[in-house]
Amino acid sequence: MTGQTAAAATEVVASPEEIREVKATAREVGVFYGETNALRNVNLDIRKNEVTALIGPSGCGKSTFLRCFNRMNDTIDGCRVVGGIMLDGDEILAPNVDVVHLRARVGMVFQKPNPFPKSIFDNVAYGPRIHGLASSRAELEEIVDSSLKRTGLWDEVKDRLHAPGTSLSGGQQQRLCIARAIAVQPEVILMDEPCSALDPIATARIEELIDEIRQHYTIVIVTHSMQQAARVSQQTAFFHLGDLVEKGDTEHIFTAPRDERTQSYITGRIG
Amino acid sequence: MEISLLTAVVLVLAAVGFLSGRSRALATAAGGARNLRSLPGHYGYYVAVWCGAPALLLILLWSFFQGTIVESLLVAGLPDVQGLSEAELGLLVNDIRNLASGNIVSKEIDPEMRAAADRYGSLRTMAFGALAVLSLALAIGGGALARGRVSPRFAARERVERAVGVFLIVSSTIAIFTTVGIVLSLLFEALRFFNLIPFTDFLFGLEWSPQTALRADQVGSTGAFGAVPLFTGTFLITLIAMAVAAPIGLLSAIYLSEYAPGRFRGAVKPLLEILAGIPTVVYGFFAALTVAPFFRELGEDLGLDVSSESALAAGVVMGVMIIPFVSSLSDDVINAVPQSLRDGAYGLGATRSETIKQIVLPAALPGIVGSIILAVSRAIGETMIVVMAAGLAANLTANPLESVTTVTVQIVTLLVGDQEFDSPKTLAAFALGLVMFCVTLSLNFIALRVVQRYREQYD
Ligand SMILES: Nc1ncnc2c1ncn2[C@@H]1O[C@H](COP(=O)(O)OP(=O)(O)O)[C@@H](O)[C@H]1O
Ligand SMILES: [Mg+2]
Repeated sequence: MTGQTAAAATEVVASPEEIREVKATAREVGVFYGETNALRNVNLDIRKNEVTALIGPSGCGKSTFLRCFNRMNDTIDGCRVVGGIMLDGDEILAPNVDVVHLRARVGMVFQKPNPFPKSIFDNVAYGPRIHGLASSRAELEEIVDSSLKRTGLWDEVKDRLHAPGTSLSGGQQQRLCIARAIAVQPEVILMDEPCSALDPIATARIEELIDEIRQHYTIVIVTHSMQQAARVSQQTAFFHLGDLVEKGDTEHIFTAPRDERTQSYITGRIG
Repeated sequence: MEISLLTAVVLVLAAVGFLSGRSRALATAAGGARNLRSLPGHYGYYVAVWCGAPALLLILLWSFFQGTIVESLLVAGLPDVQGLSEAELGLLVNDIRNLASGNIVSKEIDPEMRAAADRYGSLRTMAFGALAVLSLALAIGGGALARGRVSPRFAARERVERAVGVFLIVSSTIAIFTTVGIVLSLLFEALRFFNLIPFTDFLFGLEWSPQTALRADQVGSTGAFGAVPLFTGTFLITLIAMAVAAPIGLLSAIYLSEYAPGRFRGAVKPLLEILAGIPTVVYGFFAALTVAPFFRELGEDLGLDVSSESALAAGVVMGVMIIPFVSSLSDDVINAVPQSLRDGAYGLGATRSETIKQIVLPAALPGIVGSIILAVSRAIGETMIVVMAAGLAANLTANPLESVTTVTVQIVTLLVGDQEFDSPKTLAAFALGLVMFCVTLSLNFIALRVVQRYREQYD
């Protein structure tokens, strides 16, 4: 099943020695906010265990597209999504899809760190609790511990798991939000400019983290920083005014862009 | 009248001072306003403040103390006051004052009194003359002095700003002093009450029947001032009111802020707030004429004995009245919970009701607690509905179907009617007022502490 979809993605030049499995496929996706068409005819394959970066000037529809993968657009009044997105071969835009289940498979990290007004422990335990992932307290603690360890936060917070999540620094809060997302063991993690509210050191820490965890997950990240896209992603998609202009291996996009608009953007002429 | 004219003159002088200060600043600055240390207007205000503030302060103090000073001068000049009691003297002074201003006098006017009245009049005129001269001299002198100091290097802005600062401090302390004054007056009257009735009898007594005999020879009750029935009555009605208002208010706030479509919310919220604008007397009618009979009939059908004036009727209607307090404030608080928290929960796969229960409400809790405590103090202080629907009988009961009375209702009934002002009956009102004050104060204190605790936990 996944082999066929991978073959269908003709634009990406796959290196022959690795099999690049496709996790999700967007076909002719379009999004309307009321009458405005914010996104048109987007076709994109998201590869498993890779980081896909969505770049483009602000207002071009990156966040809008990202929110299609976990149906967060459902929570916006007057927002309508057309086309189709397959996740492991299952259509997720169909009306009968259980979004609660979908969002357990597709986690999300937001632009501004948004820890809940609860303790660090309860923040991470929130997802496992609502999805009933742990059958005992010990199991829950195990999930929380391993999520915090995976995000590198464990050593910093192990002595104060019951302090409020909001008492952490901005970078720690964002890592807490990542830990909260991975605690439900999602397959895909969506990140919407996760570093834009952070200082360079915290940003570097998060980028490192993204690179570490991608072997377990599939990551789609929106970023306005081209350096970040170049550093963390394997695939890049460039959006402009609601259109997906160019997509491909990050290396190719940054060294040999085919479209004029992509070139202008990465050399800093538009944006 | 004369004082207000004088005040107006001083204000005009201050305005003139402003203009002259400004023009002098401009005149002394060689090369225009740029060479001034402060803006020209600041020099104007500087002169105006020196012109107006001391003179106005003098007028204010003078009008406070003029009455007593003139009166004591008058009394000192009266020929035969040694034999008079304080009350008689007061009456006499009052008569003289009335005579001087041409009002009706309580007894016949003898020439001695006429002379005293004339003297009173001339004393007053003299006093006013002195005030006028002094204050105008202060205004003109202060203004001239200040104007003399105006020069381009003079730091007028700093001084004006300091004056504004002082003015703001004074304004902000007025409210505090008023509160202190209210508490003190309440305390003094209450202490007089506790001289007559022991404190413990009042606080722990189980019987309330404040009718005392008017005259010594009258037969009648001696009065019992045990306030416990009033406290329990207040508590019972407040409890019933909150049992109605808290859930309905909170649930409607949740519906309005989280579920209702925008247009519906826009229409319903103002409608709910209209409830808060209905006069409480109207609620009282509603309670007495509609709700109380309804409960009574319902009780009859169920085989219960419901009094025609019941705590239940009053409490339920009061609850309806305070619904908007809870709902409107809670709705604002819930709306203030950042959308990013909801997004975070939805992003993890939480359903709408999980998000509301586990994320939004805990985050909004301080504000919700605050709104409910506000509603409680509203309920404790409410009088009209209880008078009309719950009766005046001070029953010591926890049965909501009987009639009860509350602290505020009793304060009103104690002070209505002819009673000497130093009888225990009237003084009891102040003791009750003091208790009310203490209760509301501690409620506010608790509310603040609760809110703070949650703040620490959730911010
Ligand atoms: N909730 C919304 N309601 C209406 N229009 C929206 C909404 N969110 C985004 N848009 C519009 O959709 C377009 C794409 O927005 P977005 O996806 O947020 O851009 P990006 O993330 O690339 O900066 C913009 O023109 C924006 O104005
Ligand atoms: Mg965006």
